[in-house]
Amino acid sequence: MRMVLYQTLAALVIIIVFSAASVAGSDKVLIEDAWSRASIGTSRPGVAYMKIRNTGDVAVTLKGISTDVALKPQIHRTSTNNQGVSSMAQVGEIEIVPGETVTLEPGGLHAMLMGLQRIMKEGESFFMTLAFSDGGEVAVEIPILSIAARGPES
Amino acid sequence: MRQRRLLEYGVFGIAAISFILFVGWWRVDGPGAPEPSDRHPLDFPAMEFRLTDHAGNAVGPEVLTGRATMVFFGFTFCPDVCPTTLSDISSWLEMMGEDSDQLNVIFITVDPERDTVDAMAEYVGYFDANIRGWTGTNEQIAVAADMFRVTYEKVPTDGEDYTMNHTASVFLFKADGQFSGAIDYHETRETAVPKIRRAMTEKEEVPQ
Repeated sequence: MRMVLYQTLAALVIIIVFSAASVAGSDKVLIEDAWSRASIGTSRPGVAYMKIRNTGDVAVTLKGISTDVALKPQIHRTSTNNQGVSSMAQVGEIEIVPGETVTLEPGGLHAMLMGLQRIMKEGESFFMTLAFSDGGEVAVEIPILSIAARGPES
Repeated sequence: MRQRRLLEYGVFGIAAISFILFVGWWRVDGPGAPEPSDRHPLDFPAMEFRLTDHAGNAVGPEVLTGRATMVFFGFTFCPDVCPTTLSDISSWLEMMGEDSDQLNVIFITVDPERDTVDAMAEYVGYFDANIRGWTGTNEQIAVAADMFRVTYEKVPTDGEDYTMNHTASVFLFKADGQFSGAIDYHETRETAVPKIRRAMTEKEEVPQ
């Protein structure tokens, strides 16, 4: 009886692993120009930016992000209305159609890193994992630039 | 009988037209009118507020006259817009070289609960040395924001955290304290720097 249970479990695990590995879509996602800013201590939220390019021929949907530097990493969008008032809101899933690039950049979409677990030090880097709705995940190493950095090259 | 009906139509017609005119007035000039988007700050001589700078000095609009001034509102717990605005400004100042020493650059927090004098000092230390950080009590910040016609609002996020919505424009004033113009968020340094220079040179053209 116990043997059967183990076999069933093993089969399930194989099915899950296999289905995740066989999906097309998110394995065609390229992350480029990732960068972030150094943090002052850990009480203020951190931020990360990047370009997410879908080089495949099916649409992919970004479901969420995770990283060990922050307890609550979320994709947020800053928008400024015609009165010049800026606000920030969490963004749900982001669909990226084939050939399209979604850009996380200052003043627009950004990865907001709430609950920093350590100081983000200039010159260091950290890893972030992007989870897609097809079950695939893409990991990216993000360099930490100066707090006054304005783009991936500065 | 027929005359009575005509009268009824007439009264109804006039009432309908009056109603339409009233609705028009309400929406354009009356209480229902949208806030005009060109609301801009008062001139410094017409302002009255007290704040504390990041070195602990008592400050107010009077310390800003005599030199052209750049003022913007934000908060240091904002990861995206505020560091971007501060580094934009730092790059404008860098582009202006020594001329930027003739400019007051003031960052006023809309989040005085978290942005204490020490927090402001630590934060502005990472940007151009000309940038001064001003904070105060909730009431003092509310008064100052009103003088600049700036709006801000506390927005709860997950748990006990919160973020702030706020006016993100950079305001420019001439040396005599007159409002000169605004630089909107996302404006390039190619348009921003000439606006700053204009605010600085208007000093000679407009005698105090």
